[in-house]
Amino acid sequence: MTSLATVRRRRLSGLLAVTALLLLAVVAGIAVGARSLAPGTVYDAVQHALTCPGGAFTCAAGSTEAQIVRGLRLPRTALALVCGAALGIAGALIQGYTRNPLADAGLLGLNAGAAFLAALSVYLFSFSAPEQYIWFAFAGALLAGLVVFGASAVGGGKASPLSLVLAGAAVTAFLQAMTNALVLLDASALDAYRFWVVGTVAGRDAEVFWQVLPFLLGGMLLAVVAAPGLNLIGLGDEVARGLGVHVGRSRALGLAAIVLLAGAATAAVGPIAFLGLAVPHLARTVTGPDYRWLIPYSGLIGALLLLIADIVGRLVVRPGELEVGVMLAALGAPFFLAFVRRRKLVSL
Amino acid sequence: MTVSLQTTSARPALRVGPVSMVLQPAMLLIVTALTAITLGLLCLDIAVGESHLPLGRVLDVLTGGGTKAQRFIVLESRLPRALIALMVGLALGLAGALTQSILHNPLAAPDMLGITSGASLGAVAMMVAGGGASTGLAATVGTPLAALAGGLLTAVAIYLLAWGRSPSGERGATGLRLVLIGVGVNALLLAGINAQLTRASLADAQRAQLWLTGSLNSADSAHLGPTVIAVAAVAVVALGSARTLAALRLGAETTRALGVRIQTQQAVLIGAAVVAASVATAAAGPVGFIALTAPQIARRLLRTPGEPLVGSALVGAMLVVGADVASRTVFPVDLPVGVVTALFGGPFLLYLLVRMNRKATLS
Repeated sequence: MTSLATVRRRRLSGLLAVTALLLLAVVAGIAVGARSLAPGTVYDAVQHALTCPGGAFTCAAGSTEAQIVRGLRLPRTALALVCGAALGIAGALIQGYTRNPLADAGLLGLNAGAAFLAALSVYLFSFSAPEQYIWFAFAGALLAGLVVFGASAVGGGKASPLSLVLAGAAVTAFLQAMTNALVLLDASALDAYRFWVVGTVAGRDAEVFWQVLPFLLGGMLLAVVAAPGLNLIGLGDEVARGLGVHVGRSRALGLAAIVLLAGAATAAVGPIAFLGLAVPHLARTVTGPDYRWLIPYSGLIGALLLLIADIVGRLVVRPGELEVGVMLAALGAPFFLAFVRRRKLVSL
Repeated sequence: MTVSLQTTSARPALRVGPVSMVLQPAMLLIVTALTAITLGLLCLDIAVGESHLPLGRVLDVLTGGGTKAQRFIVLESRLPRALIALMVGLALGLAGALTQSILHNPLAAPDMLGITSGASLGAVAMMVAGGGASTGLAATVGTPLAALAGGLLTAVAIYLLAWGRSPSGERGATGLRLVLIGVGVNALLLAGINAQLTRASLADAQRAQLWLTGSLNSADSAHLGPTVIAVAAVAVVALGSARTLAALRLGAETTRALGVRIQTQQAVLIGAAVVAASVATAAAGPVGFIALTAPQIARRLLRTPGEPLVGSALVGAMLVVGADVASRTVFPVDLPVGVVTALFGGPFLLYLLVRMNRKATLS
């Protein structure tokens, strides 16, 4: 029993620590940038923004600092927070349902699917706002996910880590080529696409945040509902079925959550690689395999990592900045490589 | 439904000095047919364009006849492009056959391993950061060289990263790890390419994007010479090691017993594949899926146990030249050749995956 108590204490203290770090990162995310602001200024500006009647992002202009905070830093930080959480949770769900330690929305082609259909709809219907093409992004993520899981699982139920990652790489390569062709046909589509595909939270206004928020919240809710079933599915489909889990229904629930989270986050900030891969592994070191803990932790750590990557990206090449997608690839790829090298590639 | 009777004693052999090989009439027939189709497509590739020439006229010019204007169109403007398509196809087919044989994985083509992305990153960096030179020395020599350097550096990095002890205690770069590390490195390189594109002017970005799609539109007769030399060198190395490849198929133990220095041979052959893939990428941009599909199609056509080198190169050439013809005739808009290859390569890839999984669960 002591070990159980230890685990519980570790989970709770970890939760406190991650939350504290997250708060610090939020403050840093608002204060740090091309023009760094003193903590007092940030506090005043945020307080003013939160108490003003028109809503946090849209209230009347004050000082330059206040404008920077309200117009740029607050929406950017808020977007990083929710999208990071969404991608982290999506990663945990994907790894759980595929029982595959190398699974990730980016590696499995979901991002590329969302990107392709979004680009297609932009080309066909001249969409410009995420709320217009977000449905296409969902459909793309769903289709790509179905194809990848289907192709890698054919012929015997469980997909091996290798075949899943390869199927993802293959589908990504195909969709990437199609997307490339599409944006070649239209210079203005290329101009929008190249700033989206790199993956960034910069330059997105508050509109985008409000547009994707309902989908992300819905996805998170589904994830929380799916967690207990996911624990049982981890024991194997047969055992889970024996314990009364409707495996097919549980998988459908998980897939819906994954598509909502990864699709909406990708539509908002562009494809972000490796975040969903690394976060659940970091979370697992604290929580162990229990998905009821793993999912909230993955959300918090995902938000934390995306925020930190965004802040570091603003600092490394001042006065310019490195997009958060590039930062995460640069930070995440070594993690992936080390993981492939160190661990024996067993299924979860 | 094979027709050939495989009674070993009855197989005729071809002997030239110390070199001897078994003659397989069916195989010879298919290889000849592939060559004929490829050459036919090559002529067709020269015939179609803004002003269509009749095929007979093309043959006429190629054999020394034709008017001055026709000679200009065929020899100066269309032949180099068609020959580059041919070279790119040969190189990619060869590169795919080498990597797939060595790594024992039909999906382990240079596109999947990040080598093509490395070459692309090099070239795009040159286009974007190199002052955006679209003409002059930087464009004709700089971009291909940057692509070659990028591809080679990536391959060395992947090989070093994959080096280690395999679960069975074997030292070296094992297949599974090599492929997975390639996928990881590929993602990193793609992020780098995307970052380069955001920093470019729209005109540069458009040019880079066209190149990234795999296009023969900018194929230049200045690239032809170096490409031919590089492809020929790689072909010599690869064909000289055909026996080693066959031995490697029997497993590491057996190969070593046959007196092959596995790591050295592997490194040489992977090196040859990387050079071939990088040269092809330098000439036409990343033409996707050829290195991946050509060896598999060739294996099925020739019914060989592994990926055949000559057959893969021929199928690769046939596919690229054919895709170039299709890109200008079948589709209403002038699509880059890489899009056409992706259109048929993507579905074929999924078919391969499904097949592979079936086999894995059966064994």
